[in-house]
Amino acid sequence: MDAPAIRAEGLVRTFAGTPVLSGVDLVVDAGEAVALLGPNGAGKTTLLRVLALLLRPNAGRLALFGVDAAAAPPALRHRIGYVGHESFCYPDLTGRENLAFYADLFGVPDARTRVEELLAWAGLEAAARRPVRVYSRGMGQRLALARALLHDPDLLLLDEPFSGLDAEAVAALQARLAELRAAGHALVLTTHDVERAAPVATRLAILHRGRIAWAHDGGAADPVVIAAAYAAVVVRRG
Amino acid sequence: MRAALAILRKDLRIEWRTREGLASVFVLGVLLLVVLAIAHDAPVDEAPALAPGVLWATFLFTGMLGVQRGFLLERENDCLAGLLSAPVDPGAVYAGKLAANVVLLAVTQAVVVPLVGLFLHVDLWAVAPGLGLVLLLGNLGFAALATLFAAIAVRTRAREVMLPLLLLPLLVPLLIGAVSATRAILAGGVGAARDGLSVLAAFDLAFVVAGWLLFAYVVRD
Repeated sequence: MDAPAIRAEGLVRTFAGTPVLSGVDLVVDAGEAVALLGPNGAGKTTLLRVLALLLRPNAGRLALFGVDAAAAPPALRHRIGYVGHESFCYPDLTGRENLAFYADLFGVPDARTRVEELLAWAGLEAAARRPVRVYSRGMGQRLALARALLHDPDLLLLDEPFSGLDAEAVAALQARLAELRAAGHALVLTTHDVERAAPVATRLAILHRGRIAWAHDGGAADPVVIAAAYAAVVVRRG
Repeated sequence: MRAALAILRKDLRIEWRTREGLASVFVLGVLLLVVLAIAHDAPVDEAPALAPGVLWATFLFTGMLGVQRGFLLERENDCLAGLLSAPVDPGAVYAGKLAANVVLLAVTQAVVVPLVGLFLHVDLWAVAPGLGLVLLLGNLGFAALATLFAAIAVRTRAREVMLPLLLLPLLVPLLIGAVSATRAILAGGVGAARDGLSVLAAFDLAFVVAGWLLFAYVVRD
C-alpha cells in the first residue's frame, strides 16, 4: 500500500514563543480532499505552510509520501502545489512570463503548451501579455491557481482558494479539483466558505487553537451539522 | 544550473523592463562621485591618488542599493516563498540571485568607473585589462556577501539599516584588497597588484562557497 500523501503527528509551530500549531495530527491519502475550517488565527495558514515545506515545525513529525519532511530532498517539492494568500507572481512580469518562469523552475515538460493550457483554463488568455501588477484580485488568484497546477502535483495545498473568484471561476475551480481528486491527487484546502468547499471535500475538519478539534469523514456533511459543530468547537469553547 | 539561469533571466528581464534599480543606482553613483570630488577638492596633479578610494566607496554604497532592490523584488507577493517552493536546491536560488547582482553591478561599474576617471583626471584606458580584473573580483566578492545578507535584511523591519550594518564590517578585507590592488595597477600594472588580487580572490572563494552553503538557512523559516 502506498504511503499517505500526508502523515502529520503532533505538529507544533510557535512564533516568538506563541503557539500557533499545538499538536496537529492529520493523515491524508491519495484521492482525498480535506477542507479545513476554523476562525481567523486558528493556524490554518501556518499548517498549510508547514505541509508545503515552507515552514519547519518546532516539534512533531511530518512525512509526505512516506518521506520524512525534515530530511526532504528538493525533488519532493515537485509533488506539492501550493496556493497561499499571495500569488507568488512577479508584478512586473506578465501572466504568461510568470507561468513560464515557474514552469522552468519546476522542469515542466513541453512548458509552452502547458502554460497556454493553464492560461486558457484560468480565463487569462486575453490578459496574458499584461503585467501582473494591473491584474484584479480575482485574476491574480486565478493565475496563482494556474501556477500551482503547472507541474501537476500529487498534493495540492490551497489556502482560501475561492477568495476573490467570481461564480464562473469558482465553478471551474471546483470542477478541476474534483477531477484531480478523482485522478488520485490529494487535496487540502482551508476556507471560511463551507458551501463552496463541501462539493469538493471528502472530509471536513475544524482547526481551533492549533489543533484539529472536529472532523467529519465521508463526503459533504449537512450544513446544519457543520454549523452545530463549529458552534460547539469555536463559539462555546471561545 | 537550470534554476539559477531561470532566476538570472527573470531578474534581468524585470530590471530591463522597469529600470528602477539601475536608474537609482546610477543617480546615487554620480551624486556620490560629485560629492566626494568636491569634498576632497584636490589639485589636478593629486586627484588621481584619490581615485581608488573614491571608486570603491562609490561602488560599495551604490552596490548596496542595487542588491537590496534585487531582494525587494522577491518580497512583493511573497515571491521568495514561490522560489523556495520549487524543487531546486536553495543554493541554486542563491547562485541565480548572485549572478543577477554581478551583472547589474557590472553595468553600474561600467558607468561609474569612467566617471571616476573623468572627475579625478585618471587615464583608465591605459590600465583597462588589469583594472577590469580588479573590478570583476571586487564585484563578485561584494555580490557574494551582499546577496546573502540582503536575503536576511529583506525579511527584517529595519531592512534599509540592517543591510549596511551587517555588510560593511565584513566588507573591510574586500575594500582593503580592492583599493590596494587598484592603486597598484594605476601605479605599476597587474604584477604590482598581486597581493591585493590575492586578497580579493580568497574573499571571493570564501564567500561564494559560504553563500551557497548558508543560503538555505537564512531563507527558511
